[in-house]
Amino acid sequence: MTDETPVRALPPGQRRAESSPFGALLTMRRFAFPVFALFMLVLVPALPVPAFWIDQLNYVGLYGLATLGLVLLTGVAGLTSFGQAAFVGVGAYTAAYLSIHFGVSPWLTLPAGVALAVLVALVLGAITLRMSGHYLPLATIAWALVIFFTISNMDFLGKYDGLNGVPSIRVGGRSLGDGRSLYWLIWVFALAAAAAVGNLLDSRPGRAIRALRSGTTMAEAMGISTLRYKLVAFVLAAVLGAVSGWLFAHFQRSVNPSPFGLQKGIEYLFMAVLGGAGQVWGAFVGAGVVKLVEDQLQVLLPRLIGTSGNFEIIVFGIVIVLLLKYAPDGLWSFVARWRPAPARARDWGAATPLPARAKPARGTPLLEARSLRKTFGGLVAVNDVSFSVRAGEIVGLIGPNGAGKSTTFNLLTGVLGLSGGEVRLLGEAISGLPSREIARRGVSRTFQHVKMIAEMTVLENVALGGHLRTRSGSLRAMLRLDRAEERRLFAEAERQLERIGMAAKMNELAGNLALGPQRLMEIARALASDPTLLLLDEPAAGLRHQEKQALAAVLRQLKDEGMSLLLVEHDMDFVMGLTDRIVVMEFGNRLIEGTPDEVQASPAVRAAYLGTEH
Amino acid sequence: MDLTIAGILALDGVTNGAVYALLALAIVLVFTVTRVIYIPQGEFVAFGALTLAAFQTGKVPGTVIFLLVMAGLAAGLDAYQALRRRDAAARIGARALRTLAWPLAASALAIWLAPKNPPLLVQALLTLALVTPFGPLVYRLAFASLADASVLVLLIVSVGVHFALTGLGLLFFGAEGYRNPSFWDARLALGPVTLSGQAVIIFLVSIALIVSLALFFERSVLGKALRATAVNRLGARLMGISSEAAGRLSFTMAAFIGALSGLLIGPTTTVFYDSGFLIGLKGFVAAVFAGLGSYPQALVGALAVGLIESFGSFWASAFKEVIVFGSIIPVLLWRSLRDPQGEDH
Repeated sequence: MTDETPVRALPPGQRRAESSPFGALLTMRRFAFPVFALFMLVLVPALPVPAFWIDQLNYVGLYGLATLGLVLLTGVAGLTSFGQAAFVGVGAYTAAYLSIHFGVSPWLTLPAGVALAVLVALVLGAITLRMSGHYLPLATIAWALVIFFTISNMDFLGKYDGLNGVPSIRVGGRSLGDGRSLYWLIWVFALAAAAAVGNLLDSRPGRAIRALRSGTTMAEAMGISTLRYKLVAFVLAAVLGAVSGWLFAHFQRSVNPSPFGLQKGIEYLFMAVLGGAGQVWGAFVGAGVVKLVEDQLQVLLPRLIGTSGNFEIIVFGIVIVLLLKYAPDGLWSFVARWRPAPARARDWGAATPLPARAKPARGTPLLEARSLRKTFGGLVAVNDVSFSVRAGEIVGLIGPNGAGKSTTFNLLTGVLGLSGGEVRLLGEAISGLPSREIARRGVSRTFQHVKMIAEMTVLENVALGGHLRTRSGSLRAMLRLDRAEERRLFAEAERQLERIGMAAKMNELAGNLALGPQRLMEIARALASDPTLLLLDEPAAGLRHQEKQALAAVLRQLKDEGMSLLLVEHDMDFVMGLTDRIVVMEFGNRLIEGTPDEVQASPAVRAAYLGTEH
Repeated sequence: MDLTIAGILALDGVTNGAVYALLALAIVLVFTVTRVIYIPQGEFVAFGALTLAAFQTGKVPGTVIFLLVMAGLAAGLDAYQALRRRDAAARIGARALRTLAWPLAASALAIWLAPKNPPLLVQALLTLALVTPFGPLVYRLAFASLADASVLVLLIVSVGVHFALTGLGLLFFGAEGYRNPSFWDARLALGPVTLSGQAVIIFLVSIALIVSLALFFERSVLGKALRATAVNRLGARLMGISSEAAGRLSFTMAAFIGALSGLLIGPTTTVFYDSGFLIGLKGFVAAVFAGLGSYPQALVGALAVGLIESFGSFWASAFKEVIVFGSIIPVLLWRSLRDPQGEDH
């Protein structure tokens, strides 16, 4: 793991390293992971730690592994799952069943368990990840119960009694039979997984996964297949769960259904939320605190109450409620506050530029909208509107509120489906394509309400725009084989930020910017996709006068560089001084099309904006 | 399978479905008014059944102390917040009285009557009086201050409440399971199928409750206020409907319905402190079938769940839970495709 990982989501408003008075901590930060790994892998086994505490640490590692999957799935990607324990069960039962009944070596049951978990995750994911909002967490409750009751009622899996006599794992002829000898194997897996997830989060697929939390529209507009990355996060979480289950089976030497039920799934979610759901190390902090406190409570509470029973869930329940009320960012955020993320080392100076697409010659017909029509029930929002954009032009689409501008915009970008008409880009029909396919063909856009990942830096946000121009997948990212391409991508992102005059702010958190710079950042992000046509949705809305002037200057400069732009706007002044041609809409109809002067002179336009005298 | 068995299974399914319907209605009510996905709904079922079981043995149910602890906590929290706001002492007192009056009265009544072995109906009414106040107390302690949180946060909080209530249930009711006596021991022959008196009571009470809920929502101002809050929280607030009062009322009704369901199923199955969860989840499957939004659809969903369960347990008894909870997944998929939720949350 290199110095810029793990990437942690910082709460907005937090200072970054350059301005931090705790700069000295940075050097510590660079060595934090190796020092921690050395401590866990060398020092703990070497010291005379009592067997009880070794076992505790084993559980922390096992739970931490499973929770790490939830950190990725729930904390980072925003997909709440109550079913993580079921995947742990899949791994554990595969290991137990194959090794007991067929004498298969544990080293073969590991890939078998992982493969089965991947298969189950793919099937469940394909069905449930399309669900929106709270339907997904409810579905995870349902299939967690389904898997639990299936395992509990299978004769060959021993029903509620489970399977006993799981053999120990052997490494180089040595049996890892007791907790102490299994300890290092558990923690090698745990640390490797933490490093891999940390690497992943700071990479092309990682940024795509981080983009999922704030909805799909922006990510899809950047060419990211959100379903695919949801599935990636889901499958990775399942794999981490299955690995944890495999270790669990060989640690306990027996399996039964109860640790894989819904209750445990909720407990894993609790560990993730407690530790800090977006944070790699939060998984282990959460697992550690829960495991240690659970043990103490299991001894203490029955003694206090006078009878035995799992009373610790009372405390857990109350702590969940209090936690979400008072510290929704989890425990790790308190650590993170004192360890600001360092500025990204600028290592892309010599990177070769990313390939660029061939641009059409100035004046070629670029975008053609023919009789666009959109109806919502009986309401005709856009009524047979036609216009075109030629390469190298700035065209404005204006109209009073409710004229259908934004709907038209959404029709062009594939966010809404057309009720009639068609859209052609360079002669090819793009109507009916999903927005990421339209992005792939060279149409990039910004949003009326800025859509960004507030806890990523400006540079990383802009790099999202280059998603389609890069290829690295999750596996390469986890193994850090993607660095050459990352350098090229960041070089491109920096180049686009320079182009709009924002290079100085590239290491700031996007959420800390004012609205004006956020709008410009969205333009840089769109430019990073190397578009042939740039669509801007009300770029001047909510900007102060100076910010508007800065924006106009940037857009003019882009036009001079040969970029083609279509902007939807209702600020007349802003559009008049900037555009070559203007299309005016009113009540879903195209009112008039012409040069700014013609539009300004038109009595029809004046009537549309100001009303008529009768 | 012949017609007789099918008839028995169908009757069984519809009987259970009627109880699931009540729970589904409560879950829909709570969700539409407060956006809380109310996982702990099932807990009140267990509390209701176990409270009645304690009365049956002539003991003061654990519910009494449980309720007093919760009421004490809520009153303490109120007082603490009021003191920080520097409210007048009279106001603080009035508020504490409002929180404590019902729990104290119900508890006193329970303690006085329990050893006297009152008739079953009195025991049932006492049970309702003891379990219903849990609703507003749970709302006050866990959800009131999170009114503006996202559905997901509320869902996780609701899971936390479920944990706490289950554990407290174990503490106050013990690990033993109980089966209550029937309210009506009659057996009615209905062709080849016999209808038990308890089933008749379940049907009648469910129908009565559904009708009175419908009247409440259609006719009463309070019911209309709840519906207004469900449609638009801010709009209702601007019309002078307190969303906190609406939330409290919906939780109260949910606890009442839960306790009532517990009384109804108590004689049909052995209830443990944690039995409520799975029963509640089946109400959930029905509520989700209705998109957590429509009462009539929840009713249909509940009957479907009851039937799937009874026929499922006939064909593959070990896998009846698998079948019931598996059936929710296609429903969820259909629901989420039918009314996708916007992402500007």
